[in-house]
Amino acid sequence: MTTYNDFVIRFANVNGSGSASANGMFAKALFRMGVPIATRNIFPSNIEGLPTWFEVRVSEDHHHGRREGVDLMVAMNAETYREDVASVVPGGFLLYDNSKGLDRRLFRADITEIGIPIAKLLLPEFADPKQRKLFKNIVYLGALSALLNIDFEVITGMVSTQYRGKDELIAPNIHALEIGRGYAREYLDCPLPIQLRRTAGLGDSIMIDGNTAAALGAIYGGATICAWYPITPSTSMAEAFEKHAGQLRTETDTGQRKFAVLQAEDELSAIGIVIGAGWNGARAFTATSGPGLSLMSEFLGLAYFAEIPAVLFDIQRAGPSTGMPTRTQQGDVLLAAYASHGDTKHPLMFPSTPKECFDFAADAMDLADRLQTPVIVLSDLEVGMNDNLSEPLTWDDERRYDRGKVLSREDLDAIEDYGRYVDVDGDGIGYRTLPGTHPTKGAFFTRGTSRDAYARYTEAPEAYTENMDRLLVKWRTAASLVPAPEISGHGHRAGIVFYGSTAMPMGEALERLADDGVQLDAMRIRGFPFSQEVTEFLYRHEFVFLVEQNRDAQMKTLLVNETGVDAAKIVPVLYYGGMSISADIIQESVLDHYEKMRLPRLWAVGRGTRGGTPSVQTAIGRGDPGGDSAA
Amino acid sequence: MTFVAKPRVHHPLLPTNEVGLTRRDYEGLVSTLCAGCGHDSVSAAIVQACAELSIPPHQFAKVSGIGCSSKTPSYFLGNSHGFNSVHGRMPSVATGANLANRELYCIGVSGDGDSASIGIGQFAHIVRRRINMLYIVDNNGTYGLTKGQFSATNDKGSTSKKGVPNLYEPIDLVSMALQIGASFVARSFSGDKTQLVPLIKAGLLHRGFAFIDVISPCVAFNNHNGSTKSYDYLRTRGASVVTADFIAAGEEITADYAPGEVETVHMPDGSQLRLRKLDTSYDPHNRAHALEHVLEAQQEGEVVTGLLYVDPDASDCHEILDTVETPLNALGETELCPGSEALDRINASFR
Repeated sequence: MTTYNDFVIRFANVNGSGSASANGMFAKALFRMGVPIATRNIFPSNIEGLPTWFEVRVSEDHHHGRREGVDLMVAMNAETYREDVASVVPGGFLLYDNSKGLDRRLFRADITEIGIPIAKLLLPEFADPKQRKLFKNIVYLGALSALLNIDFEVITGMVSTQYRGKDELIAPNIHALEIGRGYAREYLDCPLPIQLRRTAGLGDSIMIDGNTAAALGAIYGGATICAWYPITPSTSMAEAFEKHAGQLRTETDTGQRKFAVLQAEDELSAIGIVIGAGWNGARAFTATSGPGLSLMSEFLGLAYFAEIPAVLFDIQRAGPSTGMPTRTQQGDVLLAAYASHGDTKHPLMFPSTPKECFDFAADAMDLADRLQTPVIVLSDLEVGMNDNLSEPLTWDDERRYDRGKVLSREDLDAIEDYGRYVDVDGDGIGYRTLPGTHPTKGAFFTRGTSRDAYARYTEAPEAYTENMDRLLVKWRTAASLVPAPEISGHGHRAGIVFYGSTAMPMGEALERLADDGVQLDAMRIRGFPFSQEVTEFLYRHEFVFLVEQNRDAQMKTLLVNETGVDAAKIVPVLYYGGMSISADIIQESVLDHYEKMRLPRLWAVGRGTRGGTPSVQTAIGRGDPGGDSAA
Repeated sequence: MTFVAKPRVHHPLLPTNEVGLTRRDYEGLVSTLCAGCGHDSVSAAIVQACAELSIPPHQFAKVSGIGCSSKTPSYFLGNSHGFNSVHGRMPSVATGANLANRELYCIGVSGDGDSASIGIGQFAHIVRRRINMLYIVDNNGTYGLTKGQFSATNDKGSTSKKGVPNLYEPIDLVSMALQIGASFVARSFSGDKTQLVPLIKAGLLHRGFAFIDVISPCVAFNNHNGSTKSYDYLRTRGASVVTADFIAAGEEITADYAPGEVETVHMPDGSQLRLRKLDTSYDPHNRAHALEHVLEAQQEGEVVTGLLYVDPDASDCHEILDTVETPLNALGETELCPGSEALDRINASFR
């Protein structure tokens, strides 16, 4: 049976072998054919010689989360051949270079082997061994174009664009493509039963990674200073900021730049620069990951207590410690929420898509200025570093930056009695002044030590307590300003809660669960402190699943701590192996819980995609918690 | 409460500077440091220098770390914004503040614990970045606020108040600054205002990173016999190589110069720094020579003071980064936001 636009292909390569550009072209070609895809780069913390995988999930149903199992494995790394062969689903395909004989002990009767003598084909064509190595990737790309039905013109067009200016590379690349394509058409059954077809379904979508989108959001949001220290997987955000700001913020006549990027000596310095800039009225951000966030904690406490705007992007990776630097996780939730000693807490934002990375980056600049406090955007490697389909980025030209409460010279002239930390408006937020504003009024001493409402040092218990309590008033203000949760479904007894990149497989998981008779109201948390809607969602459901990618159910701890919800109501669904969580894992975990607790299921079939029997609504035991489960 | 207000009424006969302000207008709160603390003399020298430069006080930004020295920005320039940050991290805060607004005069005050121990990394890197600021270390060789532990600038063999010798090699911030590329490096003594005030003025007007290591005795914990950072030690062992006289732009040159070689350095704003070389062989424009001289004196147990090195043509971080003349904190949507049309083009590049 032929299926269209519905498979997982994985390329197993050695890093540093030039595979990334060929694999990237493969993904881009599919995108340009209008085929919905999600890509995942599974790479080692290494520069050359270790195994790396690139996975593309092709799904006309727009299921962009990871799916377990590989339908077509392009096995180009002898070192990982054993596990690569094993990961192919029964009935799947294995493409490999059969120039040399393979270990027949790895043979699997339930998959189809597609041998192409890639090295042999290249030998007579290219004299330079380095070229022969690089073009191996191009040959399999050519072969895949025939095997999967990729428009050849799309690929050749891409080669020409990619090497524009280095024209001497175009012809040999196209030749290598033709070698692969020619061999496949002559000797192999083309196309395979899993194949591609053009669709018009992508509309004006773009394919972008979250870090680039976040960098663009920071530019659009008016960030002028980026201070950072290299750390995977956040580095690409700072680099994208520098690249795009260089294009968008350089004055054409003078060549002078309306931004500054500083690679600091460490993360402490990076956040210090951001805080110094924020204190002096410029929008500034840093991008880091877990270890960097640990280092920044002391400074974050200062900015919380001294009330200085700062924006921090934490592109999370697998911890603890150095952990797995190139694997994804949501393990920094608690650290980010309460970073630093003493009673400290920080607003958080949880983007799920590249579009949201863009939006939240710009919004975080406003939010930090409005709240006069550090705002942490908790992204992760999954959303940050992988190219994903996204709605186009949008910007409202009418939008004005919200610089928060900053007094001008004229404002100060009109004020008799200025106190930096006086809560004039009752929202817990005082009025700032910037250095250099007024010759005689409004200057104050910013400090991490205790002070009164007029910024004067004090250790008086009343003044200290009053200040700490005002910060709580501000915290409540923050709850109404951070992004509201996204809630879907209504009236079901159970709910499912998730955030960040865990949203990617969630649509698919919910569809599958509905087919399995489990209908859940869903809530995607997008901000911290939690708004009333978050608390109400937890309270109005009998129980809720909380899906997250860390071992200790950190968001559960945060929810229980901040909303007072009964911990027993929250059922954690956890995955923390470093790959992104898949719909399969969510589905299985939820169903396991239903079985274990003998919970009734509601058979609400009708999608016709699973099980076969359509539209028979049989309610079993609804409202009868003691009843037998349908399983 | 340690906050003490000073009387607001000034003496009617106090002289005013070019912007109509008296020295009192450049003062801050009453110091809460120990009576006789060298740091208070440094603060007083800053007040005098800023007043004499006739720069309106609100055009300064004061930054500091943690420690006795870092408290001092409260005690000068009360009409300027100040930022007492975290221990050893003033350089990063100063960097951010300077990037945000290149027009402000940035004064950083730190201590030997703050800059030579916990903050030595940040100290080294702000030198490299050439942030346009005056960075003063009030160097007393001891941790005053925690009651007298040795700091990293304390000389080996120098003793604590109880007579216990320091066992470890000292870090010399002046040598470090010279080696890493600071374009203005000086050492002075808090008890020598005549030397210190012109250095502060010159450091403030220097474009680039200006560093002054001020030996500033701690009367509570490090001013005894056996200490190499005491008033007595400095008065007997301090040796000035180059004395600087500062002449503001347009000011009539009336100073009476002692014999010896005099060299005039022209500052970016038109003012002049006149260097009197007490040792005629000394060349304050030669980094290697300066470093050699400092190290040789150190071997002899002498503390070399004065302006040790200056590069009047130095560049600062904004020039390195090629940022616009307008302070970055003054740019708004119009200058910063590329707009929706540009975003359409960006979207197209991701298809």
